Amino acid sequence: MELLGKFNYWVIFILMMIGFYVVIARGNLVTKIIGLNVFQTSVFLLYISMGKVAGGTAPILHVEGAVYSNPLPHVLILTAIVVGVATTALGLALAVRIKDAYGTVEEDEIYAKDKRA
Amino acid sequence: MLVATATAALWIRSLFAVTMLFSIYSLLAASLFITLDAVDVAFTEAAVGAGISTVLVLTTLARTGYRQRLRAQSVALPMTVVIVTGAVLIWGTADMPRFGDPLAPVHQHVAPRYIEDSPHEIGMPNMVTSILASYRGFDTLGETAVIFTAGVGVLALLGIRRRAPTRAQSPEDASRPSESESEHG
Repeated sequence: MELLGKFNYWVIFILMMIGFYVVIARGNLVTKIIGLNVFQTSVFLLYISMGKVAGGTAPILHVEGAVYSNPLPHVLILTAIVVGVATTALGLALAVRIKDAYGTVEEDEIYAKDKRA
Repeated sequence: MLVATATAALWIRSLFAVTMLFSIYSLLAASLFITLDAVDVAFTEAAVGAGISTVLVLTTLARTGYRQRLRAQSVALPMTVVIVTGAVLIWGTADMPRFGDPLAPVHQHVAPRYIEDSPHEIGMPNMVTSILASYRGFDTLGETAVIFTAGVGVLALLGIRRRAPTRAQSPEDASRPSESESEHG
């Protein structure tokens, strides 16, 4: 039990690193944004899993003396999800704009064109 | 459940059906949020992550093309960076409290007050709602400001000075869902 007690963090860090890898290793800008989203979701999971109390229920009042999970991380992540989709929209809009200007969303092609100019 | 999410995310690396897998990944994350007692977060994630993000990515892909070129450059350097960072993070969990531990520092400071007093003070059975709208109302105000800025940014980038005459309608669709989302959370 002692060994498995931190299993949640490990899985979350693996997900985080998958997202990180996609961001730094892939050249396609849209793929990068998706990688960033994977990373973001793993951060959400990190917060939510820290708020979990063993034997607790969702923080909605029902019976006297019930154990609730911590509602504060839920609130923070609720805000973060909505902000996340706004930044995703902005990033994708930038990608579309780059496509209009350069004719490609591959990073190294953009770099080559910039060097030629 | 956790492992299923991880494998779903692993598949993302191979294909260009990435978007659909990303949507599935979001949905799995949402179901994971339910098992972790965060129901409000779960339905927001399902609506926003699995729904709106997918639509946004698909509209972008319609403009930028579905094909991604693999790079010639070696994977060794990014892989090393990722593995080292991951190892450091996992090493850091040595000091973290055990999963579900009710004595963890997170549960000691402000949360008990919210759990005990918010039903009397706000009169709302759902604590997440009362914290979001009342105790931390300024956060939500700031969030709305961020979304408004993002909406303005998207419009400025795509909507007003439109150069490409073809398929000019799709980017505007991309900005609208994010603005209507502000009432959500």
